Amino acid sequence: MGKGAQLKKAFKAAFPHTIPIFAGFWFLGMTYGIYMNVSGFSFWYPMLMSLTIFAGSVEFVAVNLLLGAFNPLQALVMTLMINARHLFYGISMLDRYRGNGWKDIYLIFGMCDESFSINYTAEIPEGVDRGWFLFFVTLLNHFYWFFGATFGGIFGSLIHFNMEGLDFVMTAMFVVIFLEQWLKEKNHASAFVGLGVSLLCRIAFGAEDFIIPSMLAILGVLTLLRKPLEKGGEKACE
Amino acid sequence: MRMTFAQRMITIAMVVLGTVLTRFIPFWFFPADKPTPKYIQYLGKTLPSAAFGLLVIYCLKNVSVFTGSHGAPEFLAVAAVAGLHLWKRQMLLSVAGGTVFYMLLVQFVF
Repeated sequence: MGKGAQLKKAFKAAFPHTIPIFAGFWFLGMTYGIYMNVSGFSFWYPMLMSLTIFAGSVEFVAVNLLLGAFNPLQALVMTLMINARHLFYGISMLDRYRGNGWKDIYLIFGMCDESFSINYTAEIPEGVDRGWFLFFVTLLNHFYWFFGATFGGIFGSLIHFNMEGLDFVMTAMFVVIFLEQWLKEKNHASAFVGLGVSLLCRIAFGAEDFIIPSMLAILGVLTLLRKPLEKGGEKACE
Repeated sequence: MRMTFAQRMITIAMVVLGTVLTRFIPFWFFPADKPTPKYIQYLGKTLPSAAFGLLVIYCLKNVSVFTGSHGAPEFLAVAAVAGLHLWKRQMLLSVAGGTVFYMLLVQFVF
């Protein structure tokens, strides 16, 4: 198989997985672009930021950072805190995001929630190049986000039809991914821990501050459960 | 706007740096040429399920059970997504069906 055919095959396999993200990022990206637009920034700000940051929630926060007083250290610490969950993703991707040559750098750079979720759970069909599949999923997501943000930044003030509720597409996607993982694994302890601990932390710490406590508590509980979970046989996730 | 152009660029660069750090740190800490510690391997296997649970809660973080529509559209739509998915197990169908259902709920019912 020639290189071109191989690329095409990987692209064809990757694209359907990214369709929900297309809808979600188109909407969220556009919302973000519009937000920047009404905050007084030229369209090339969301363009530049969607390209270089590629982490949705942080980019919304960055708008506020840019509107406030100059405080680079605060910007860095805020980003580290909001994106700390990506540390989890990295630990889970230590094997998958290695051995793909130069693509690894881009894969890790583009490891947003959505790229991680798809690339972790997707079953790559037989005969499809793994590295290119992972690459195209990430690239397409990146492109959708960039496209939405730029479009929102340029035409933001002109859009009027009712899209209320479209942002639920992201929730729906994560519910599906959670279910897929659930159906694949034999032991649901970790899934319960993730849901239960996060919910408790959400109630205890509030919507804005529960991510870090949730992560620490999840780490703690999983560490305590290590012996019984490892004894209970290998999990069927891979 | 209070910041100068250079200050804005530095702020954006800081956000880029923070994001890149959280994504690359695990790969630097646990290089390929050294065996990854057993504990980290264990976390690598168990964390995703928990992380997906966290993401679901994260998406629903602004739902208020005590005010407004009491989270009814969200819970109904999540149930619809789960039901559709367990029935047909077609990702796109579950996501699209659930989202359209949610949009109808928030635009016309609640």
